[in-house]
Amino acid sequence: MEQKWLFVISPKTKLIDLNLKEVWQYRDLLMLFVKRDVITLYKQTILGPLWYLIQPLFTSIIFTLVFNNVAGIQTGGIPPFLFNLAGITIWNYFKECLTATSDTFKKNEQIFGKVYFPRIIMPMSIVVSNLLKFGIQILVFIAFYIYFITTGHDLIVSKYIFLFPVLVLCMGMLGLGLGMIISSMVTKYRDLTFLVSFGVQLLMYISLVVLPLSLFQEKGFEWAVKYNPMAYIVESGRFMILNEGSVSQFGVIYTSIFSIAVLLLGIVIFNKTEKTFIDTI
Amino acid sequence: MKDDIILKVENVSKQYRLGTIGTGTISHDFNRFLARIRGKEDPYLKIGETNDRSSKGKSEYVWALKDINFEVKRGEILGIIGKNGAGKSTLLKILSKVTGPTTGSIKSRGRIASLLEVGTGFHPEMTGKENIFLNGAILGMTKKEISSKLNEIVEFSGCERYIDTPVKRYSSGMKVRLAFAVAAFLEPDILVVDEVLAVGDAEFQKKAIGKMQDISNTDGRTVLFVSHDMAAVKNLCINAIVLDNGEIVLIEKVEKAIKHYIDLGNDNRKIDLKNRTDRLGSKETFLFTSLIFNNGKPVLSGESLFMSLEYKSELYFDDINIALTICKESDEKILTIDTIHQNIKVEILKGKGLVTIRLPKLFLLPGVYRINLWSEYHKSILDKITNCAELRVFENDIFNTGKILNSNKHGIIFPDLCEWNVEN
Repeated sequence: MEQKWLFVISPKTKLIDLNLKEVWQYRDLLMLFVKRDVITLYKQTILGPLWYLIQPLFTSIIFTLVFNNVAGIQTGGIPPFLFNLAGITIWNYFKECLTATSDTFKKNEQIFGKVYFPRIIMPMSIVVSNLLKFGIQILVFIAFYIYFITTGHDLIVSKYIFLFPVLVLCMGMLGLGLGMIISSMVTKYRDLTFLVSFGVQLLMYISLVVLPLSLFQEKGFEWAVKYNPMAYIVESGRFMILNEGSVSQFGVIYTSIFSIAVLLLGIVIFNKTEKTFIDTI
Repeated sequence: MKDDIILKVENVSKQYRLGTIGTGTISHDFNRFLARIRGKEDPYLKIGETNDRSSKGKSEYVWALKDINFEVKRGEILGIIGKNGAGKSTLLKILSKVTGPTTGSIKSRGRIASLLEVGTGFHPEMTGKENIFLNGAILGMTKKEISSKLNEIVEFSGCERYIDTPVKRYSSGMKVRLAFAVAAFLEPDILVVDEVLAVGDAEFQKKAIGKMQDISNTDGRTVLFVSHDMAAVKNLCINAIVLDNGEIVLIEKVEKAIKHYIDLGNDNRKIDLKNRTDRLGSKETFLFTSLIFNNGKPVLSGESLFMSLEYKSELYFDDINIALTICKESDEKILTIDTIHQNIKVEILKGKGLVTIRLPKLFLLPGVYRINLWSEYHKSILDKITNCAELRVFENDIFNTGKILNSNKHGIIFPDLCEWNVEN
């Protein structure tokens, strides 16, 4: 009689081996990792969660000072500070997701080397816990938004604001996908670690975080941002919140397809790596 | 069911690449990739040597495990023993899905939970309670399961007072207790345990072993147990696997397996003394030429010790004195076996000969000892070699109680069975 086995461990891997049922079984672990990240991040600091706010605020102040006051970049009818804060808040979510997931394997070598759980739980928990951080930063943004309205600025939210969660989803997928690809490659070749931190920095400048799209178009450098999905995300995000800038149909479709493709590729590579990475890391 | 096989390991091998990862790795990866797209076998799988740690090999690739086959029945506690580097941990890692096998497969009919380390994922900044939840979830429990067992876990750990304190304030023993408590309340079909019991005090080790027995006996769950602690293995397991250099040498009843394992670690050979130059005495007239313990069989604590001393003499001596001193590694003398105090007459004829000494019972606990050898004739030294040999004493169930005395805790020597009497 052929016996039925619950599972088989073998060296062969299927191309897409994402066991969603298993991931679902471990959903509590995902939430506990999120909880861990949140409560331990600012333990033994005086300002605690205030650091969530200080970082984007000061960056926006400096950017406003340098790019708008000194370099004289125009931001349309929007106060430059608010323009920068919106860009940075959105960009930061992507940045944090990418940088934190990109060293998943290296950072969790200790745990991964001792116990099995679906590895993808770890990067997923990072994306979720960053969502919390993002939420807090959005609240800060709203506070400033209201402040600027009360001081007489004519600000209005676009009618497309309801699509904002879709943008966040795209960013999450992009960050997670890219992060998983990089973390898989870092297990064997550490070179990529160096690339990530300054690569992200460079990418920011062509993602319309500080420089508006109009400026790129004016100077004939549209090609620099045309195929960058993050540029579309930042630009459309700002459009939704501040009703300034534009949303292109091409951009939305391109970004969605790109994000899904990156995520799928990330999952494939990550799955292939997770089986034996512990031998090469 | 008698033949209810829950786990089946078939032809599992694991290859590792030695040395560092550098630019050379890319070319190997590339060759592998080429072979794969042409539908051929991995070119590096054919090479590779057995994993003998001490001898220098030619190949960059070694087999940490080679063709491992075994089956485990439901409810069985299977011991896995072997020297350092024999492949025990690699096998456990593959069983617990931490890493994949290079070839072969493992088929399982139950959920496997592994305990390769206690307290995996403990975060020092979080409290004991928060860590129970996190650690439990890492081991595969749901939040609900953990909540329902929380009180039992806390009680078992004996850390009630500290449960709301960050784990970084815990002593290392307390961390282990808490971590093991979480694992003890796991309910997998198969539990894989590495040497986690080595930490913690005696009381806790006893508790832990008792818990594992419960898991197997009352709940009918399967345990795979790896340890260097032969007493624990003997206590827990019925059958055991002996691994050596990545291959299974034996799957047998636990007593036989342990005996085989001790034989493997036994490097007891005839010790050649002919060419020793660090000796005092007559140099030529009388020499000890060799020494062997138990004719090459392992020396066990509490058993008899048989020593054979070969000599070569150019003269006839009517009565010489011989003394053997057993020392600790730090050269502190423990005991001397000599002819003077026991009034033994040793007559030596010209030519080669043999002196044998039998100690009915060796009262030494397991460890490595040194032997000094000395002989004299009428107050003049004939042959004296300090530190002439190493004596390795292996652990043994001396009192037949399943409990083993340990030279770290109980001293160097042990008493004979005592008479105890209590008057109230």
